[in-house]
Amino acid sequence: MSTAPTPNDTLWGLAAVFDTPAKIMHAAKATRERGFRWFDCHTPFPVHGLDFAMGVSYTILPILVFFGGLTGTCLAIFLQTFTNSFELDIWALVPVVGYQFEVSGKPLISTPAFVPVAFELTVLLSALTTVFGMFVLNKLPCLYHPVLKSTQLKRITDDRFVLVIEAGDPEFVMEDATDFLRSLDPESIVELEA
Amino acid sequence: MTTLPVDNPMNVDESPDTRAPLIIGHESFDTVTAEICRVNEAKKPPRAWYIAMAMSVSLLGLLGCMVGYLIFTGVGVWGNNNPVMWGFPIVNFVFWVGIGHAGTLISAILFLFRQKWRTSINRFAEAMTIFAVICAGLFPGIHIGRVWLAYWLFPIPNQMDMWPQFRSPLLWDVFAVSTYFTVSLLFWYVGLIPDLATLRDRATSKIKAFSYGLFSLGWRGSMRHWHRYERAYLLLAALATPLVLSVHSVVSFDFAVSQLPGWHTTIFPPYFVAGAIFSGFAMVLTLAIPARELWGLKNFITLRHLENMAKIVLLTGSMVGYAYGMEFFIAWYSGELYESFAFVNRAFGQYAWAYWIMVSCNVITPQIFWFKACRRNIWVLFVASLFVNIGMWFERFVITVTSLAQDFLPSSWGWYEPTWVDFVTFLGSFGLFMTLFLLFIRYLPVLAIAEIKAIMPAADPHAHDHDEEAHE
Repeated sequence: MSTAPTPNDTLWGLAAVFDTPAKIMHAAKATRERGFRWFDCHTPFPVHGLDFAMGVSYTILPILVFFGGLTGTCLAIFLQTFTNSFELDIWALVPVVGYQFEVSGKPLISTPAFVPVAFELTVLLSALTTVFGMFVLNKLPCLYHPVLKSTQLKRITDDRFVLVIEAGDPEFVMEDATDFLRSLDPESIVELEA
Repeated sequence: MTTLPVDNPMNVDESPDTRAPLIIGHESFDTVTAEICRVNEAKKPPRAWYIAMAMSVSLLGLLGCMVGYLIFTGVGVWGNNNPVMWGFPIVNFVFWVGIGHAGTLISAILFLFRQKWRTSINRFAEAMTIFAVICAGLFPGIHIGRVWLAYWLFPIPNQMDMWPQFRSPLLWDVFAVSTYFTVSLLFWYVGLIPDLATLRDRATSKIKAFSYGLFSLGWRGSMRHWHRYERAYLLLAALATPLVLSVHSVVSFDFAVSQLPGWHTTIFPPYFVAGAIFSGFAMVLTLAIPARELWGLKNFITLRHLENMAKIVLLTGSMVGYAYGMEFFIAWYSGELYESFAFVNRAFGQYAWAYWIMVSCNVITPQIFWFKACRRNIWVLFVASLFVNIGMWFERFVITVTSLAQDFLPSSWGWYEPTWVDFVTFLGSFGLFMTLFLLFIRYLPVLAIAEIKAIMPAADPHAHDHDEEAHE
């Protein structure tokens, strides 16, 4: 226990530093049982099961990805039939004209030939949705965060496991929260400035 | 930072009742971080890096000269001519795309199969994939003749109201390769984010902290983030798995959809995919063996990892050998005159030398990996991986050139001879590949730090609970 926490105006939250995955797991369960909701754990790697111990609800990312993929399929079918099958003129909407490609007597809607591109665009849009959806849901890039600002928490990306309770939590009372974190037997407790 | 001693003769002990360790010499997370970051944080890289870099940059310069010469003069500087219009450029394209397959196989398919040993090799195999696909993309790009019209490959609205032909396998290739490149890049970058954050937090200079900080997007290891991150990683793996199998299938359609004897076969997609994985793993071995020696990564890339890769090389090499045999069988069994001729001509015609180089490198060489002693000998592994790379290049040469040089009409038969520009351009593409790879080793985390930590025994949050549970 390095610092004795004292209340101040710029307090954003309290961080308790642990040195093993087992300890943070225990701490996360206890914090949730204690009634805190605005808390987070920061770990160098995903600790198996910690997310559900914290009460994190399942992400909607897969659903977004499904619709991303569906968009890709539809886009590919539209693109290929528009550019190769019909002489559609959609000048009123966008200044492009489709083209009726007649090659070696093949049908205008050559379904088997259109499969590879449809597949590729499905995968492409799904993958883009996966990554950028994850960024948006995680609010990344994050240019500023009290946890990143603290110089004492640099080892989160190395070998330390940090539990942070935000001061904004309805249950948060400085003395109680400090006592509670102390009871979890952390390596140290760090006050985070906003 | 002290290097931890490597005992347990390189992690190859077989014991049926215990799982072999995935990495050796590390008990705590801290030493793992330090040992991997040491590669990037060293004041100076090993002298070999400078030598390799000088050579690579020279070759890259040569590539630039050759491409410039080509653009200013025209494709006549190459040996491509009637009837072999697809010479070195397409051979090199297929060669590089093939190499680009191991990375995503390791990162996606082995991830879905929970092959945890992949964590030690996935990062630089993925990097290798991206750089190989860059090299691959170069060749069709400069092969089109009027390079300044390369954007015609894409369906971009234009004043001529012209669109690409979506019934052509060449256009499928444009979509397959660009999708593959994008998805591989995303996969690689998503994996890099937590490790870039590690380098950011350890950075000693402002420039490093800023640049690693910029690309790590302000990652702070939040478990709420990890939850979505892990889900995203799994989804990417699930998406990349069919993708990696599709890319070389589509490349094989370039050949298989045509009517040419020797190309028009249904075995091509699986045969090309097996060949791609085969050559990709060989290239991973070629790069991993010197890298682990030079940067002291033997605790992570243990002999067991190399042995596993040798087994995959053996498996895929045998699949390729089977495909060679099956091609011959079908050519005979179909009773097709032209098909039979194409294959007899491959083995005994004017390009027989290329065919037999291919067979001895791709079919015979990997068979030595049936023997444990060969799988565990660094030199044997390294030399064999080079042979496989050579053999796989010749495979593409044989397929492309023999079928085109002598097809249906004897009156239109010809002989393909590459020019010096062909050779130097191909050599130069290695410069591009190696330059990118050496820069990657120097400036980015070469191993997936966060993933390696997650597979260590110490990462189990219930590590100390088992005894208590047993008593309850």
